[in-house]
Amino acid sequence: MNGYLYLWLIPLLPFAGFLINGILGRSLPRALVTTVAILAPLAAFGVVLNAAWALWSAHLPLPYVETCPVGWINAGTLHIGFSFVLDQLSLVMLLVVTGVGFLIHVYSIGYMGDEEGYSRYFSYLNLFLFFMTVLVLAGNALLMFVGWEGVGLASYLLIGFYFHKNSAADAGKKAFIVNRIGDVGFLIGMFLLLANFGTLTFSEIAAKLAYPGWQGGVVTVIALCLLLGATGKSAQLPLYIWLPDAMEGPTPVSALIHAATMVTAGVYMIARTHVLFDHSPFALGVVAIVGTATALFAAVIALVQNDIKRVLAYSTISQLGYMFLGCGVAAYSAAIFHLVTHAFFKALLFLAAGAVIHAIGGEQDLRKMGGLWKKLPVTFWTMTAAVFAIAGFFPFAGFFSKDAILYAAFAQGGSGRILWFVGLVTALLTSFYMFRLWYMAFLSKPSGKAAHPHATPLTMAVPLLILALLSLCGGWIGIERFSAFLAPATGARAVEAGNAHLELILSMAAVAVALLGWLLADLIYRQQPARAERMAAALPGCYKLLSNKFYVDEIYGATVVKPLLGVSKYLLGWVVDTGLLGGTAWLLAGIATFAGAILQRWQSGNLRSYAAWLAAGAAAVLLFVLVPWSTVWPASLEFIWKVAGH
Amino acid sequence: MSSLFSQEVPISWYLLLSAVLFSLGVIGFLIKRNLITVFMSIELMLNAVNLSFVTFAHEWHAVKGQIFVFFVMMVAAAEAAVGLAIIIAVFRARATLAVDRIDLMKL
Repeated sequence: MNGYLYLWLIPLLPFAGFLINGILGRSLPRALVTTVAILAPLAAFGVVLNAAWALWSAHLPLPYVETCPVGWINAGTLHIGFSFVLDQLSLVMLLVVTGVGFLIHVYSIGYMGDEEGYSRYFSYLNLFLFFMTVLVLAGNALLMFVGWEGVGLASYLLIGFYFHKNSAADAGKKAFIVNRIGDVGFLIGMFLLLANFGTLTFSEIAAKLAYPGWQGGVVTVIALCLLLGATGKSAQLPLYIWLPDAMEGPTPVSALIHAATMVTAGVYMIARTHVLFDHSPFALGVVAIVGTATALFAAVIALVQNDIKRVLAYSTISQLGYMFLGCGVAAYSAAIFHLVTHAFFKALLFLAAGAVIHAIGGEQDLRKMGGLWKKLPVTFWTMTAAVFAIAGFFPFAGFFSKDAILYAAFAQGGSGRILWFVGLVTALLTSFYMFRLWYMAFLSKPSGKAAHPHATPLTMAVPLLILALLSLCGGWIGIERFSAFLAPATGARAVEAGNAHLELILSMAAVAVALLGWLLADLIYRQQPARAERMAAALPGCYKLLSNKFYVDEIYGATVVKPLLGVSKYLLGWVVDTGLLGGTAWLLAGIATFAGAILQRWQSGNLRSYAAWLAAGAAAVLLFVLVPWSTVWPASLEFIWKVAGH
Repeated sequence: MSSLFSQEVPISWYLLLSAVLFSLGVIGFLIKRNLITVFMSIELMLNAVNLSFVTFAHEWHAVKGQIFVFFVMMVAAAEAAVGLAIIIAVFRARATLAVDRIDLMKL
């Protein structure tokens, strides 16, 4: 073991895949495109595994840093280089990103098999992995920002993959623009970091924060700016609106980018900069409240959605809210734990949903599915594992991680109890809407196209099975061991397993709530399918409010988008652009034209007029030179004075 | 002879004559319409200048002025050759020598 881990290969391998497929993909045979696209993440995963093995077997000292010998920005006292940092946190994240990413690449072979733009799809997917691994490995905030923006770009490209569809193109733009708002927060946070700490390197910031005197004030402002960035990327209130629309992309993209990896970047960023948040209780409180509110809000909307992918999208927002709650109560390891298990079961949910959509010819409406459990057994059983995992049933992965977060919230005491209670209610709703989806898609009476689905290809079935296994076993490592492992990277304030008795009660409460949700879904959607419609009819206002997602898009449209468009069109467009700038340009041009119109009369082409002007000019020069003006002027003025009668 | 020049005819007379000749040249240039007359007016102006050169050269006993006159005469001869050639070419092309009609350089 020479101790060198070739970390730089992890992002560069997918980047090479992106270049090959992006430039040559159209002219390459499909098998070769597939090989390149699959090998890139597989090789990156191999490098990550090698790093993990080095850590396991050789007790590699962490954090392990690889820095590019060539600097990036050297200006005055500012030195920013390309440095990749491997610590426990980034290792966990890399395993998830490259591992789940690889599985989704494999799945995509089957899913995208007969689509146009096959090579374009895979080149974008590889590009995403490149930027995501840069984001994860970055040793300073600026390099992280490169990855941060890059995954946004890849997300934009993949949401708008079916760009001939207007809704897809619009959804891509929406995601990009809403993320920009968050990115402004991230940028301002970085500027403030530079101004106050003089560095963007995470380890140096942490070292400087260790000195006493950093509490509240500017640290709070920086933390809140970073939080704004995180709410944009991780689809939290108030910037979550882009994620449901992002479902316009191909389903594997939703699984990889908009469920398992990219949207968790905000959680990762908070964990990465946790020292800042640790120094600002207020910012932590805001994180917790944002997370809890988002979790509840999105779960309520998910109750009545009929598009299978939208239900999953809102559930993703809701689960990300849990992770923010975990961060907000300083249980970063619990948040990362949930991030990992969520990556497993949510990727699985999306892939299984994709398998369903693929099998019944592109239908996404839950009401038109049904009875699929016999016809799509693999999809059904894997989906079942995922549903049980997200609902939080023992011993599925979601149980352990969700429980850890709720326990951490409860253990905080005081207002943490309220957060815990809201989290518990959210768990009930989660269980309810997931079983609703389960019943409607698989167990209700078959209808329409759903009666004759076609089979799931092997490339799609194998990733489903692997992810199902992970959704089942992923949590067995237990939060104690997990947080002990992460402690060097996320701080020692991990979830203490102090009160085993209390923890058992809370776990039982969580499972009871999940069971209750299942029971309710069973009552409504299995035993009496008509009951749902009757309930909707009984509470028309409430149902309308929910099915229109609380009219948030409309409210934003009226309060933000429309005024902004109005200002852009009338003030900036008409007054400033057309009036001020255009007017100035027209004025200058008008002066030139007018002067030219007069002066061009000199250019008569008449020889004698030229000569006359020449003679007049010469006479004028002579007059000027020869006449002693200094004496003539006073004399002539005196003369005029006298003539005037004085 | 030299005493006759320098003592009995004052320098201002020569200069006045030069100025009158130059002005005649300018006026001729401006009011005449025939290209050849215009051309002759230019020659007149050149020679008026030559006269003042010679006058000053004699007055100040500076031979440079005389040499300059030879240069002017040489340039004038060359100019006459080129100018007349242009005039012939113009006449062949336009069948007229009226300056007012030769205004192709107009914008």
